[in-house]
Amino acid sequence: MNLVHRGRWITLLGLVLLALVYVRALAFTPVERFQGPAQKIFYVHVPAAWSAMLAMGLVGLCSILYLVLKDARFDRFAAASAEVGTAFSLVMLTTGPIWAKPIWGTWWTWDARLTLTLFLFFLFVGYLLLRGVVTDAGLRARYSAVLGICGLLLLPFIHLSVYFFRTLHPQPIVLKPSSPSLPGSMLATLLFSFGVFTLLYLGFVIQRYALSRLREERGGSHG
Amino acid sequence: MNDVLRHAWTVARKDLVLEFRTRTALLSAVVFTALVLTVFNFGRDPTAVATIDLAPSILWVTFSFAAMLALNRAFQLELENQALEGLLVSPISRTSLYWGKLLANLVFVAVVEAVGLPLFVLFFDVPVGRVLVPLIGVIALATIGFVAVGTLFSAMVIRTRFAELMLPVLLLPFLIPPLTGAVQVTAKLLAGRPLSEVEGWLKLLAAYDIVFVALATLLFPTTVDE
Repeated sequence: MNLVHRGRWITLLGLVLLALVYVRALAFTPVERFQGPAQKIFYVHVPAAWSAMLAMGLVGLCSILYLVLKDARFDRFAAASAEVGTAFSLVMLTTGPIWAKPIWGTWWTWDARLTLTLFLFFLFVGYLLLRGVVTDAGLRARYSAVLGICGLLLLPFIHLSVYFFRTLHPQPIVLKPSSPSLPGSMLATLLFSFGVFTLLYLGFVIQRYALSRLREERGGSHG
Repeated sequence: MNDVLRHAWTVARKDLVLEFRTRTALLSAVVFTALVLTVFNFGRDPTAVATIDLAPSILWVTFSFAAMLALNRAFQLELENQALEGLLVSPISRTSLYWGKLLANLVFVAVVEAVGLPLFVLFFDVPVGRVLVPLIGVIALATIGFVAVGTLFSAMVIRTRFAELMLPVLLLPFLIPPLTGAVQVTAKLLAGRPLSEVEGWLKLLAAYDIVFVALATLLFPTTVDE
């Protein structure tokens, strides 16, 4: 089975499991006492955010590896990861306001994590735009690696600089020093969703990666 | 190390001499700064928002735009007659080349800021006399960081299509930490608060400068080598 097919199967499996996440979140997970049904969107929003962060982390890591090892596969993976990351950050940026309107009473607020994710999105877009305007493949790989590394280092600074303002965002629920403060069934749904979104990320990236490799084999320089 | 700095100075001097002989770019940047400040004056309702509340933002948005203009020019200069190739084959290290460019850009931006600050005081009647020294310190601290990243990026974008458009798109996210910090510190200074209240911001600005000057120095060879 070649890479394209493998990616397609993983994506398909991810999509089926995603449907199960919806079913489980809507029908078999209790409604949160204070936020009501609006809280259900967390089962999509938080895992999407996780996938977007994972994507950026891997873009940065592959950029470093590319500059050290000069292996085109890392560049291709970084490009694929950035594309998929853009999609996931869009999911995160659209589901967030839908939840925020009924709960916070506003679509958007400039709190630390919101700003961070918005700039995560801008970085992805800038990265893809840069890839689009460089015609030489070697140059494109090096330039985007430089941007990928800078972007990865920028994010903690943006987070810190916005964190100095008081933050509105819900504080960490799962990953915090004490044990997770949500009921077991909610946690199970959330973790299940995390797994599914990671699987979807993998499926998408593998497909994009295989596609850009095919394109290169056929002699096109773009991708 | 001595050689690196000496060569960097040579590169910077070359750029600055070119700049001060033609003066076109510098003059345009200064006029641009004055115009942005004027636009800000008409872009607000003076009866609704007190100048002092808006002043830090006006100052920093103006400086950011002016710096962006300056950075676009940094490597554009080297495209004519393949001057960049000449620089690359000359017996100076990439570090010297980057630091030289960075230094020239910093001087360029500093001149624009030196003209912009008095104009800002004149137009908006902001009392900066008492806090002039710390204010200049903050301006320097915030400028170094984003000019460092900007110099690195401008070396990349000159070889792309739409260079003038790519630089702001890539650079603006990198402006957020220094801009946020600088605006906060400037606001506190103008309100007469002691510097100890903004220690966190100053540390953040300094950390940003150190991290990005080091990173850009490290990554610069990747952007110019064939």
